[in-house]
Amino acid sequence: MRTLERRGLLAAAVVLVVVLPALNALPAGFPLRLSDFTLNLFGKFLAYAVLALGIDLIWGYTGVLSLGHGVFFGLGAYAMGMHLMLEIGTQGVYGNVLPDFMVWNRVTELPLFWTPFYSAVFTLLAVIAVPALVASIFGYLTFRSRIRGVYFSIITQALALSSWLMFNRNAMNLGGTNGLSGFKRVFGFTLNSAATQRGLYVATALCLCGAYVLCRWITRSPAGRVLVAIRDSETRVLFAGYSPAAFKLFVFVVSAGLAGVAGALYVPQVGIITPAKIGVLPSIEMIIWVAVGGRGTLLGPVVGAVGVNWLQSVLTTNYPDLWLFVLGGLFVAVVLFFPDGVVGTAEKLLVRVRSLSLTAAPHPDPLPKGERGVSP
Amino acid sequence: MVKPILLVLALLSGLLAPAAAAGAPQAPSPEIAKHIADVASSDAAVQEAAAVALGRTGDRHVLPLLEALREGSVYVRTLAGGAKETVIVGDKITEGDRTLVPVFSAYGRMAQAGPDGKPLLIELAALTDVPAGRSLRLVLRPLIDAFSGQSDLSNADPAARRGAATKMGNVGDASALPVLDGALAKERDRWVRFALEEAVALIRLRTGGDAERVAAAQTLGRLRSVDALERLREVAADAQAPTALTLAARDAVKRVERWALLTQAIEVGFQGLSLSSILLLMALGLAIIFGLMGVINMAHGELMALGAYATFLMQGWFATYFPARFDYYFLVALPFAFLVAGAAGFVLERGVIRFLYGRPLETLLLTWGVSLIIQQGLRVWFGAANVDVTAPRWLSGGIPVMIGVQLPYNRLFILALAAVCVSAMYVLLFRTDAGLRVRAVTQNRGMASCLGVRARWVDAGTFALGAGLAGLAGCALTQIGNVGPELGQNYIVDSFMVVVTGGVGKLLGSILAAVGIGGLNKIIEPSLGAVFGKVLILVLVILFIQRRPSGLFAAKGRYADS
Repeated sequence: MRTLERRGLLAAAVVLVVVLPALNALPAGFPLRLSDFTLNLFGKFLAYAVLALGIDLIWGYTGVLSLGHGVFFGLGAYAMGMHLMLEIGTQGVYGNVLPDFMVWNRVTELPLFWTPFYSAVFTLLAVIAVPALVASIFGYLTFRSRIRGVYFSIITQALALSSWLMFNRNAMNLGGTNGLSGFKRVFGFTLNSAATQRGLYVATALCLCGAYVLCRWITRSPAGRVLVAIRDSETRVLFAGYSPAAFKLFVFVVSAGLAGVAGALYVPQVGIITPAKIGVLPSIEMIIWVAVGGRGTLLGPVVGAVGVNWLQSVLTTNYPDLWLFVLGGLFVAVVLFFPDGVVGTAEKLLVRVRSLSLTAAPHPDPLPKGERGVSP
Repeated sequence: MVKPILLVLALLSGLLAPAAAAGAPQAPSPEIAKHIADVASSDAAVQEAAAVALGRTGDRHVLPLLEALREGSVYVRTLAGGAKETVIVGDKITEGDRTLVPVFSAYGRMAQAGPDGKPLLIELAALTDVPAGRSLRLVLRPLIDAFSGQSDLSNADPAARRGAATKMGNVGDASALPVLDGALAKERDRWVRFALEEAVALIRLRTGGDAERVAAAQTLGRLRSVDALERLREVAADAQAPTALTLAARDAVKRVERWALLTQAIEVGFQGLSLSSILLLMALGLAIIFGLMGVINMAHGELMALGAYATFLMQGWFATYFPARFDYYFLVALPFAFLVAGAAGFVLERGVIRFLYGRPLETLLLTWGVSLIIQQGLRVWFGAANVDVTAPRWLSGGIPVMIGVQLPYNRLFILALAAVCVSAMYVLLFRTDAGLRVRAVTQNRGMASCLGVRARWVDAGTFALGAGLAGLAGCALTQIGNVGPELGQNYIVDSFMVVVTGGVGKLLGSILAAVGIGGLNKIIEPSLGAVFGKVLILVLVILFIQRRPSGLFAAKGRYADS
């Protein structure tokens, strides 16, 4: 069983990392060739999947619903975007060393906090460190005072709202409502070439595999057991001598770091980052990816992020009015009918089928009851 | 019994008599008649003097003559006996090669009848036209303005009188003074009197002699006239002005500025209170649903939008079916919005939420989904653009409470509505049997059911009530903000902050939190801007929750930690 699962995952990883880009690299006109557009779209979805894994860690495993992950995604994305802006150099519309929007806003000197982003190494560190730092401060303050459940969700939602308001301001020197865009190169490679985009896709897929392994390692470790225990009954964990706040803080910071990585992978592939990705609505949409895929499983968030976003891109191009109905309906349906999500439900079915056919020893429930276990 | 009525009648007739006399002008007084004759003089100086004299009389029957003079439609008609009469002529009528004009009297512009009883038509060539030169027209303008101001000054609506006085104070010259003084002598309304005094002082400050200007500056200072501040500053800075005047102006500026600071403080206080009442109105429904039922209702904002759109529909129906009663649509819209949103809440609870009690995070996601569906539904049905809700006349305008401070009726109304809603909720929850049941179910569902409380219906009723309150809030919001599909989104996070800060299920907590957050917002806003104000409030709320993790008034006892 174990080896089977492992083989399946390995095969999926090979398909994502090697086969898809190889199909894209085929000469034009070849029957199985994957178009640049599709690969790019897929790259975006995989970046979302990295984020979804982080959310699953904090929500699916630890039972803490954060409605502010858009902020961490945005912080990583803006960090990357700032480096890409500086890499444009004098090739902008105004031919100035400063980014175009600064020229437009009559800023004459590069703000101090921009200068370190000339360095690629610093940027790559900041992509993880900035969201992690914000998450650790925010998490320390909230978890320490035992803000939990819906209180935490509402506070994180307020975090998303106020961050969105802040990033919208021109005075922040981050491009205001228009955000950062018009990138030309990433680490010296021209963004506008298929090869670079393919490289970015491969990097994203590799990051996803890395994130998957990391999350798997965390959840299978003894600490991971504590996380699930916190989800199921935080008070009991506390009485057992553990400090739930420390564990939650740790997971929250890891999750924010993953969100930052996702943002950094997103920006060069999509070519723009605006405050619209930070606000309340995108933050809560990220939750639905995990819920649809199946929280408390590691495969679920990946499936959910890719599936829901694929559905969104199909629907918004063909039936723009319908998408919000579908999104709302997804929230309702998942909560009412499929609390385990696609992967969770499939696993349960699989277990049932197997126990019927093999009459094997009862398999442990893959998804412990979650917060439903702690009805007041 | 009869006597007082007779007395009233007598008084009324006494009041009406001059009005009736004013309606149909009798012959002008000899003095006015002389001026009327002089206006037609060929000597420009005599003409101007007569026009000014006519203007000074303040007799409104001479206004048509002055206006006609400016337009050049005053003529002199030579009567049969050789006597000359000043007349006003009407629009020309061409009959063959003759040009005929109707003739009106100079005093009161009464149509003159010919021998056949029809309006008198006279050949234009038979009349001598009275020239109105540039200088005469310049003299005429302020006179006519003073007259129109004067008629506004006797308008029945105090707001119109105030407006006229302020306008005359800003543009009028010395010729307006007697009119203003006359109006001041008759005026009873405090605020109109204030505006009149301000206007007189402003005109004196501009046009009077040195002593008058000093007095005017002092008056303006005493009146705390914010409108005059600019002008006073100019005078205070004028190097050529006499020292006494500069000093007086400086003193006045100081007084007015100090007053302005006070009014600003009061205004900020009122705005804070107003925002608090809005937050409270929104948070009340949330607090009831969240506090009593443990359900996070993310669709609360959309229920508010439903209430707002219900108001919009009601407005449309009134405009179509009862246009005469249009102003009352809002009174009908209030209960209608309550019912619409309440019904939606009832359906929501019975349909989906009842399956999810005890799973707060899942209700949060579910109601968020519902909110998206409602929002998109509104967008598809009514369009993505904002719809237009007109304020009823009795909610526009405001009460002037002190100089420079006016409290708008719509904000006061919301303040009152919030107070009424909170009191009603208090009575309902703590003074009625239904409230007792709600509290029983909140504390111990199982035990309450055992004792015969139908917990399911209590849930549905409470949820519908909370939703109805959201509808009311939405209805009230139409009076101060835009009505669009995103209406709810703009406020929802703020109202959640109120609920979280106030503590679960505590009315008093919600009130204090709403007042605190609303007030703080308005105090911070002027210095830091709206965005940083919001961020700062978030930080403060987080820090506050550090000290009190369950809000201002934490639930105590067994169900405190579930």
